Amino acid sequence: MIDIEKEAARIAERGESAPRLARDPVNLPMINNWLEAIGDQHPGYTEVAPPAMVQVWTMGGLHGQRSADDPLGAMMAILDEAGYTSVVATNSDQTYHRYLKIGEHLSVTSTLEDVTGPKRTGLGEGWFVTTRSTWYVGDEPVAEMRFRVLKFRPAGQPASAPEAPAAQPEAPKTHVIRPSVNRDTEYFWEGCRQGELRIQRCGGCGLLRHPPGPMCPECGATKPKYLVSDGRGVVYSYVVHHHPQVPGKQTPFVIALVELDEGVRMLGELDGEPSIGQRVEVVFTKVDDELTMPSWRTCADR
Amino acid sequence: MNAAIVGIGATDFSKNSGRSELQLAAEAVRAALDDAGLTPSDVDGLVSFTMDTNAEIAVARELGIPELTFFSRVHYGGGAACATVQQAAMAVETGAAKVVVCYRAFNERSGHRFGQVQTAAAANIDNSWSYPMGLGTPAAMVAMFARRYMHEYGATSEDFGRVAVLDRKHAATNPHAWFHNRPITLEDHQNSRWIAEPLHLLDCCQETDGGVALVVTSRERARDLPNKPAHVKAATQGSSVDQFTMTSYYRDDLTGLPEMGVVARGLWERSGIGPSDVDVAVLYDHFTPFVLVQLEELGFCGKGEAKDFVASGALELDGALPLNPHGGQLGEAYLHGMNGIAEGVRQVRGTAVNQVGDVEHVLVTAGTGVPTSGLVLAR
Repeated sequence: MIDIEKEAARIAERGESAPRLARDPVNLPMINNWLEAIGDQHPGYTEVAPPAMVQVWTMGGLHGQRSADDPLGAMMAILDEAGYTSVVATNSDQTYHRYLKIGEHLSVTSTLEDVTGPKRTGLGEGWFVTTRSTWYVGDEPVAEMRFRVLKFRPAGQPASAPEAPAAQPEAPKTHVIRPSVNRDTEYFWEGCRQGELRIQRCGGCGLLRHPPGPMCPECGATKPKYLVSDGRGVVYSYVVHHHPQVPGKQTPFVIALVELDEGVRMLGELDGEPSIGQRVEVVFTKVDDELTMPSWRTCADR
Repeated sequence: MNAAIVGIGATDFSKNSGRSELQLAAEAVRAALDDAGLTPSDVDGLVSFTMDTNAEIAVARELGIPELTFFSRVHYGGGAACATVQQAAMAVETGAAKVVVCYRAFNERSGHRFGQVQTAAAANIDNSWSYPMGLGTPAAMVAMFARRYMHEYGATSEDFGRVAVLDRKHAATNPHAWFHNRPITLEDHQNSRWIAEPLHLLDCCQETDGGVALVVTSRERARDLPNKPAHVKAATQGSSVDQFTMTSYYRDDLTGLPEMGVVARGLWERSGIGPSDVDVAVLYDHFTPFVLVQLEELGFCGKGEAKDFVASGALELDGALPLNPHGGQLGEAYLHGMNGIAEGVRQVRGTAVNQVGDVEHVLVTAGTGVPTSGLVLAR
């Protein structure tokens, strides 16, 4: 059993996360987009930003990842593991010390303030998790937010069976382990979204390579391209995972290392009875608009 | 090399230390200095693991070490263990420092548990090809190798289990071991629950709270100190082609640990000894299958022959190659390989609880499945 209060104390003890710098300084184009989306007609936001926008400046972007020391992410992972797999935000109280001027560059830190539970709620049994974020310009605190979520086990769920992601389209980002994506790997995840299993192919010498990288180890070229795999191969090795729980998975489950017909190996969850040499084909499962995961299912011999 | 380990120190090994990781580090370092007959003011170098949460300066503050001229960290988890001693020995040889302490301390059971899925680790690009697919624990990552190894060489779960039985047998007579007085049978191993097939619970090392420290100085200085020194005859790191951390699945072959092959070549070349000259082997044993693979990579037996080598009894205390007399990380404690180096020192001194007779050379290895390191310690 996971001792949630002890884990919470451990995270709280770490104190403030390291300052995370906003991607862009406070800027007029983003202010205009925000005003338009919110429907705010106030003409005064030409030199300063609407205070309620404060959170926008430090959002992670489309492919953002929580930083490793982010206390909310860490606490969510623990509660996920304990079976409290759903989330709903309940409170967000913000305090603004002053207007933010265009050109100012924000950073944000976060601490875990409180974890209370288990509480019985209309949604199911859960824990209230409160974090406190502080935004800074340089060393000056300019805004604060106390943010509270309820992490809960949906009513009717057995205590030890986290829900499969497919059955929960509103699953929060912490529910599955998300890949980190960068310039070198974006083509692969873009391919998955389009239903294509892409293998990096060197634009210089044609070397096929997975996992990919920016420079060909054979010829030194830095112009990687890709081919679209047929998505078929054989199981080279596999694992049946029993313990511990894995976010977004229901144990036991199989992970297979597949040797694709094109010659490279790739990992993925396998649906079906595993054995070395078993033929498999790729399937794509949409997690949300940003993420589609490739996995394998057994299929007949060629 | 012109360096020797002259002091070893450790805290108790527990599941809940009840104190901070910094306190564990400070206690281990102080114990090692006491053992060496040195004081904090003699120390001018500190080395640890990148993964250790205890900054060199924090350890220095607690110990009252006034000045440091050398401080260094080594990457890749347990692969760093023997490399901390290599760093220290190089510092001593080059004059960068005179007395260097290597340390590792953590609350790895009561605090941050390595056996759990580290969701934050998926932020690493390399891990994005494994963690999101559900392969997120060290046990599962090793199990992927183990399954292929079994397929290629006909090894069985029992073959892995014999390593666990042996470690626990040795731990049973080591009062400092967590599993003191608690040996297991092969049947216990087979009946233990699945963690990640083909690995059972008893194929997996413990999670431990504790700290270990080692004091390294020159051979000349060692002569004036109270304990018999364990000379660092050879030390090396090893990384090999298409290397990943725990998931080097994309090489031609999945049945070896070529990075340990690099370590083996380096150690034999630099020490001038070979496998048959090793009196005690302290092999990294976070998961049993990699002990078999190490025996092959280090040249104690041929490829695929480790299962027969293990079954022959060669690894018993009175066998040809006594293995992990302290009980290893399966039996004594999981201190990321550092407790194994301390055992190597005791075997050279002749002060181990399960002492092997007339030890001239001890081989010690570090983490497997990761870029790693190794040591030959000598009388």
